Amino acid sequence: MLAVPKRTHIHPLERRILLKHADDPQYDVSIDCYLRHGGYAELRKAAAMPPEQIVQEVADSELRGRGGAGFPAGMKWKFLDRKSGKPVYLICNADESEPGTFKDRQLIHKDPHQLIEGMMITAFAIRAKLAFIYIREEMPLGARILEAAIAEARRHNLVGDDILGTGFACDIVVHRGAAAYICGEETGLIESLEGKRAYPRIKPPYFPAAIGLYQCPTIVNNVETLCNVKHIVALGGKEFSRIGTPGNTGTRIWCLSGQVRNPGYFELEGGRHTYGDLIYRMGGGLREGRALQAVIPGGTSAKVWRAGERFTGKLRNGDPFNWGIEDVPLDFDGPMAAGSMSGSGAVIVIDDSADIVEVLANINAFYAHESCGQCTPCREGSLWMRKITSRMVGGAARPEDADLLAAIGDQIAGRTICAHGEACAWPTQSFVAKFRDKFTAKAGEDPERARSRSLRLV
Amino acid sequence: MAADLPPETLQAIDGLIARYPQARSALMPILHAIQKEQGCISLEMQEWAAAQLGLTPIQVREVVSFYPFYREHPIGARHIRVCRTLSCALNGGYRVCDAFKSAFATELGEVSPDGRVTVEFAECLASCGTAPVALVDDVLHENLTDEQVAAICEQIKRDTPARPAPPAPDNA
Repeated sequence: MLAVPKRTHIHPLERRILLKHADDPQYDVSIDCYLRHGGYAELRKAAAMPPEQIVQEVADSELRGRGGAGFPAGMKWKFLDRKSGKPVYLICNADESEPGTFKDRQLIHKDPHQLIEGMMITAFAIRAKLAFIYIREEMPLGARILEAAIAEARRHNLVGDDILGTGFACDIVVHRGAAAYICGEETGLIESLEGKRAYPRIKPPYFPAAIGLYQCPTIVNNVETLCNVKHIVALGGKEFSRIGTPGNTGTRIWCLSGQVRNPGYFELEGGRHTYGDLIYRMGGGLREGRALQAVIPGGTSAKVWRAGERFTGKLRNGDPFNWGIEDVPLDFDGPMAAGSMSGSGAVIVIDDSADIVEVLANINAFYAHESCGQCTPCREGSLWMRKITSRMVGGAARPEDADLLAAIGDQIAGRTICAHGEACAWPTQSFVAKFRDKFTAKAGEDPERARSRSLRLV
Repeated sequence: MAADLPPETLQAIDGLIARYPQARSALMPILHAIQKEQGCISLEMQEWAAAQLGLTPIQVREVVSFYPFYREHPIGARHIRVCRTLSCALNGGYRVCDAFKSAFATELGEVSPDGRVTVEFAECLASCGTAPVALVDDVLHENLTDEQVAAICEQIKRDTPARPAPPAPDNA
């Protein structure tokens, strides 16, 4: 039996729905185990429902996509072009690559049939001809677990031809990536699945729901989003929407990492907790003798927060807010109000032992490596930002570097085909804006000291 | 052109093509199969893959050259990929990488002198909660300490026979 280590301590603040069984030491990835726990009951239920009703339940649930953008899943499905008569495809985006994110890993490795059930319900709902799971190359065990689980489900008539005797047919193909971050961008993923370089497509006007894989209508959803579909069918959309808060329904799996005592993943009801709860109550706070320096609230492409800063303004309902980092609601809207984003739910804690310029240099190296090269501002700009921050770290910083970096970032965001432009510009723009004093001070640093640092990040 | 691949791999490749509505989609899995079997994807095999799918060789090479995982030159017997990205780096990823390199007296991306390993950095292995991490071939090692890295290196040296590279030709 293929298995990964389990995390036996589940924090009392968690509300586990998607991960309900995942860390149970007795629970395994076999279909027998899944069926013993009531698995595939929702697929049976969905198979007896009109497809439009499943779509409506997902719309009613107000489920927002868990891949990063937070777009309502039901609305995405409703955009599907059904008039063209072309086949419809479903793609599960399992390219989990945003630095700081490791939630889909848990769902794939510990409860693969939940994902398969969610996908087949979705396939029923959108009348998909064929479904794909695009899984990143660096999860070889995950790919094997999924292949084995799909084969089991096929033998049980839950995937493949004539599913549950309904006459509906849809198979699932596991497609492995090859270590390119840009494949997480849905149109880049589609190009990759077509056997090409993963160059993202220009959108609008045509989104994948209208013109996607093989120029056919295609729905691309994240692993966590698709797993939720099963629970929406179980509860009904309206009932599901009572979990969490309006606009942040259901649970979300938050990933806490970096320089914190107890890193890990925590499934939490939407809007009921704060970043402070996650970092201090669940994560145990900073390590001995360390102070908070910064928090990246939603994957490394999210704009950074500096310890001690205050966020003020008015919420959409008109209520004023005045938050420190620890007060920001752990949901889609809180980080947005605080000038950043929750992205893929990846929270990275940085303490005062790290050189903040070096943190940015590490991030810049990532985005420069991962730019697909299609658009000049991103291809060249990400490289320049990497080169400048690496030079600064190496003891050759100049007083004008902060302005230069900010100027490069400003010339990338909004000028590229896909959001990688923003993803690579936002860290530089926000780090320089929030930590200008540290970037400026670098110019006076003793090169010898710069070279002899104990914690290297580039 | 005949491919130097075992019959079961050739059969698997036929199956791969049949899985997709359009043959070209099978390109990445075919490249995976070739690289798994031969350690890298030579220009000859790229031409072979193109012929299987009715593509031009350049349509294959642009894919091989785009994706970091595909390579045109062989690497060491074992492939060590240390996560370089932020959460791992904040928890000693660079030190882990240095330890692997020094255990095999090698540099990043090179074949070690004993031929046993190639050590590379990987960009975020999506296991940030158990940083620092490294993939050794298909196995993920988490929460790496100096002792664990040393143990992994010892294990590799026990399990994997040395196969030093032949001396480079003079006209290289």
